[in-house]
Amino acid sequence: MAQRATAGRRYLRAFVSGFFIAVPVTVTVLDRFAYLARVEGASMQPTASHLYEHDLLVFPVCFMYVYCPLRSPRNPQQKIIKRVIGLEGDFIRTLSYKNRYVRVPDGHFWIEGDHHGHSLDSNSFGPVSVGLLHGRASHIIWPPNRWQRIRASLPANRGPLDTEEDEG
Amino acid sequence: MFRRVLGTTLGFVGYTIQYGCIAHCAFEYIGEFVICSGPSMEPTIVNRDIVFSERMSRHLCKIQKGDVIIAKSPFDPKLNICKRVIGLEGDKICTSAPSDVFKTHTYVPKGHVWLEGDNLRNSTDSRSYGPVPYALIRGRICLKLWPLHSFGTLSESPTRRII
Repeated sequence: MAQRATAGRRYLRAFVSGFFIAVPVTVTVLDRFAYLARVEGASMQPTASHLYEHDLLVFPVCFMYVYCPLRSPRNPQQKIIKRVIGLEGDFIRTLSYKNRYVRVPDGHFWIEGDHHGHSLDSNSFGPVSVGLLHGRASHIIWPPNRWQRIRASLPANRGPLDTEEDEG
Repeated sequence: MFRRVLGTTLGFVGYTIQYGCIAHCAFEYIGEFVICSGPSMEPTIVNRDIVFSERMSRHLCKIQKGDVIIAKSPFDPKLNICKRVIGLEGDKICTSAPSDVFKTHTYVPKGHVWLEGDNLRNSTDSRSYGPVPYALIRGRICLKLWPLHSFGTLSESPTRRII
């Protein structure tokens, strides 16, 4: 009986210490290194590496970005995933923003969904601060038949204007 | 001998990772100590004051008007700014100087806050770059720790800008 009580106590202690190791390590890894998330909505659908609704992605938290999940400027609880079209200092030809041409200000970038017209992106709320960036999508890991690395690519006709084009 | 050295090293690395992760969680979700610099919040916070900023009210969306917050600068993600929240989303803000005859007003858009320093003449804030997204806020300053004679909670806004 006494033996069982000590065994129970030992298990409890092991559980508690394991808990205190596992939870902080998990939280730190998710915050600092990488996390998984599921794509919802159709804003990224038609092009390139095809992100569909319910795709599971892995996001290493780092600085280069192709598809970037970020905190929505409209609703801080929500995260959105978009493609980076222009970095700071680039000139962008906008699609439905109030100005036809925009220079992306310092510390901001221009983001767009691949599904023009069905995506809430910089064309409706303007350039987005880099501080809202959360990570970069690197792999599609689910469904397994579409397992692949996501490569940086700009959709045709989108992207920063060249300097010569600016002058001309 | 070799095995013992390896074991000690691995144990040391394990403990480092474990306590590093605990520290990260504490700083990220409970609060952190911040040394303030710059004149924009005088006289509430002067240069080199040490304050404690708590993180929970930001995660729970409990930031209110009049709170002093620390946020990421919208133009440089590595830089932090310390300002007072003057208006939340939907609030009407007076953007003209107090001496102006014609008052101009603006509304804070959804998901944004209006930030201003207490030292209105020497502060770069929402009056120059507009409303700031709520998600850039990192924490709310709840305690001033140093210098000792001003230990305690922060005083009310001296500018009477909160409507």
